[in-house]
Amino acid sequence: MSEHVMPKKLYFLVFAALIALTLITTVVATIDLGPLNIVIALLIGMSKASLVVLFFMHLKWSTRLTRIVAVAALFWLAILITLTLSDYTTRRWTPNPGTWETSGSQ
Amino acid sequence: MSETAVETSPGVHYLNVKYGVKSWLLTTDHKRIALLYLVSITFFFMVGGISAVLMRLHLIEPRGALLEPATYNKMFSMHGIIMVFFFLIPSIPAVMGNFLVPIMIGARDVAFPRLNLLSWYIYILGGLFTLYAILAGGVDTGWTFYTPLSTTYANGQVMAAALGVFITGFSSILTGLNFIVTIHKMRVPGLTWFRLPLFLWAIYATSIIQVLGTPVVAIAIILVGLERLFHVGVFDPALGGDPILFQHLFWFYSHPAVYIMILPSMGVMSELVTCFSKKRIFGYSFVAYSSVAIAVISFLVWGHHMYVSGQSVYASLVFSALSFAVAIPSAIKVFNWTATLYRGSVSYQAPMLYAMGFIGLFTMGGLTGLFLASLATDIHLHDTYFVIAHFHYIMVGGALMGYLGGLHFWWPKMTGRLYPDGWARFAALVIFIGFNLTFMPQFVLGYLGMPRRYAVYPEEFQVLNVMSSAGASILGVGYLIPLVYFIWSMRYGPAAEANPWGAKGLEWQTSSPPPTENFEQAPTVTEEAYAYGAMEARVV
Amino acid sequence: MSEGHIIALAHQFEDLEQQREAASLGMWLFLATEIMFFGGLFTAYTVYRMMYLPGFDAGSHLLNIKLGALNTIVLLSSSLTMALAVRAAMLGKRRHLVTFLVLTMLLGLAFVGVKLTFEWHHEYVEHLAPGLDFDLNSPHAKGAELFFVFYFTMTGVHALHMIIGVAVMAVLTWQAIQGRFTPERYNPIEMAGLYWHFVDVVWIFLFPLLYLIGAHH
Repeated sequence: MSEHVMPKKLYFLVFAALIALTLITTVVATIDLGPLNIVIALLIGMSKASLVVLFFMHLKWSTRLTRIVAVAALFWLAILITLTLSDYTTRRWTPNPGTWETSGSQ
Repeated sequence: MSETAVETSPGVHYLNVKYGVKSWLLTTDHKRIALLYLVSITFFFMVGGISAVLMRLHLIEPRGALLEPATYNKMFSMHGIIMVFFFLIPSIPAVMGNFLVPIMIGARDVAFPRLNLLSWYIYILGGLFTLYAILAGGVDTGWTFYTPLSTTYANGQVMAAALGVFITGFSSILTGLNFIVTIHKMRVPGLTWFRLPLFLWAIYATSIIQVLGTPVVAIAIILVGLERLFHVGVFDPALGGDPILFQHLFWFYSHPAVYIMILPSMGVMSELVTCFSKKRIFGYSFVAYSSVAIAVISFLVWGHHMYVSGQSVYASLVFSALSFAVAIPSAIKVFNWTATLYRGSVSYQAPMLYAMGFIGLFTMGGLTGLFLASLATDIHLHDTYFVIAHFHYIMVGGALMGYLGGLHFWWPKMTGRLYPDGWARFAALVIFIGFNLTFMPQFVLGYLGMPRRYAVYPEEFQVLNVMSSAGASILGVGYLIPLVYFIWSMRYGPAAEANPWGAKGLEWQTSSPPPTENFEQAPTVTEEAYAYGAMEARVV
Repeated sequence: MSEGHIIALAHQFEDLEQQREAASLGMWLFLATEIMFFGGLFTAYTVYRMMYLPGFDAGSHLLNIKLGALNTIVLLSSSLTMALAVRAAMLGKRRHLVTFLVLTMLLGLAFVGVKLTFEWHHEYVEHLAPGLDFDLNSPHAKGAELFFVFYFTMTGVHALHMIIGVAVMAVLTWQAIQGRFTPERYNPIEMAGLYWHFVDVVWIFLFPLLYLIGAHH
């Protein structure tokens, strides 16, 4: 539990960073960088999210248990996405003999 | 030490402190909420049981003896939905968890008592939607709601049933959330994590699954509803969707869900086995860690329900290996309970009979799971009665026996009454015999190739089916007996003292039934869990 | 809990510290469930994006990136005002607290307003609403329609969460006006703040995934 009061300046600084990152990500998206586009977009997104979570939500000053809960949830989401994608990314490795084509590329 | 100074039947306790319907329907006392759940889940168990009875009656003839095939489909769907979502998942956490979690940690209530009551109302609301779905014609999609049947082709009450399940999921989430906070934040001084009764480790692990898994099936259901309403093609191949994606989202929750159903029973086992062999648990930390390990690994194996669905073979291999891993912590528990029994001062009251039944039947269910986890054998066994036998050995032979064992163990504490142990032991025996006669033949049927969810079957399977149905009728009778003597005991049972079993644990340090605030004075804990001395005299 | 009084210790807790810690843990656990809830949608989105990248690009390109960016800034601003509201509560500055809560609400309503009236309405009129009268002249129409399923579902679920958040803010504003919060007891503001910031974080990911992927065409 955070009991100490944050200086207003800190909040405004974080806010400025968030706006800046938003503008950057919007501008970068208009430039074609191939596969890098999504990588940069997600990295910027993660930075913005971290700023909100650490500073606005005070996770930086929270108990270890709270931080474990936050990390655990993200880890579980990673399990969901990773193992689900383990199916979709490897389906084409063994062609299904003469049956319904799975991953549609219509 | 067993408390003998506490009066047999306290004057004012949580049951008689206030009378009237409002005092029950607006209660925030976790013990009363536990009883509200007890009544409602017993009701749903009977609804689910009736559909099972009708199915088994139907299956005594190869051409089907009782139902139209379309009705049969609705029967197995109703049986699955009710038993899974409205009986098994809430059962031990909502009844015994709600009653015992605060008491076992020396607290006055759970962290969020009003949220607790809200959880019950949400459960009831979900149940009402599902009952409506049944009465308005039923669903035939199975409890698994596979697409594209559920989204495109099914003509039954899919939306109502799905909505019922969706709503009830929130009851499960909120209960789990409440328990996690309660166990973390409200233990009395001296009660460190490794002094907790193992029942609480099990409830804690279960709560983790409830909190992290249930939201995903909620999304799966929302997407089914969207597709059914708007035909948007999320899971429809003709519109570009992938039906298997539904299965991923569904089983991501539903596999861990089966551990929601079994983990609390395992927790009960640790309590029963120690009390009725008057011995410390063998390997406390192994049992504790294995509960958490099961909760974590359970999220890594869901693809073993999808080996033949069109899932990538490579993903299936990964899921298969992980599924073998999840068996290990369960096996560790079975070894530890068995080692606890070894050289213990064993007594055979009804709770212990259920515990022993659990250990044997759960082991069989678990071992048969390995045949299904293994890719090659599952190709043959998938969607056969082998699967049905496997999960009924775990859910009925395991989870339900744990529920009944726990109910028999804590009944005196919850109600302040004793039930007739002779009848209880008899009922346990009838249930054990009926259960095995019902489900053992189904392993053979499945191996021989009889598919599940079929309303008709080839002639050569009739003998085994009749055996199974005969067993089911015995099992049904077995379940009715406790209903009778439990209700009888509420009025005519002898008063129970604070610690009729001579057990360790904070719940036995307070009166039967406990006062509303659980303890006259907040206890402090100075000893380990299950601090049974060597060969302690048995207190009856 | 009586009206107009500083809210007392609930009977199940030993002290206010325990009560606060329990509330905080409870809220973070609830947010964990929300991460998995939205996470299910993100997972489905990821799968279909992999399968239909051209269609998703085409669909994304049809969104109004300026409105999306504007809304992002609106939401980030509301997180700032929310954080300042919690700070004001901590310092016992009632007038500031009410002001910041009201600003947070207004910004939240502005977000929902822009989304529903300018974006959704426009997209519906342009026949981009799946299942209703989706009509897109493109070789990638199938993938684009799936994109719009996720667009409407994800922003819809998000908007629903925002509306609930605004309602909670309204209740808290009313309570704040009545002087219910003190530096010793302002926990509901802090908890509501956690929820509000979380909803903002979801949007931080929705914005690039929905609006920016097709932006370079």
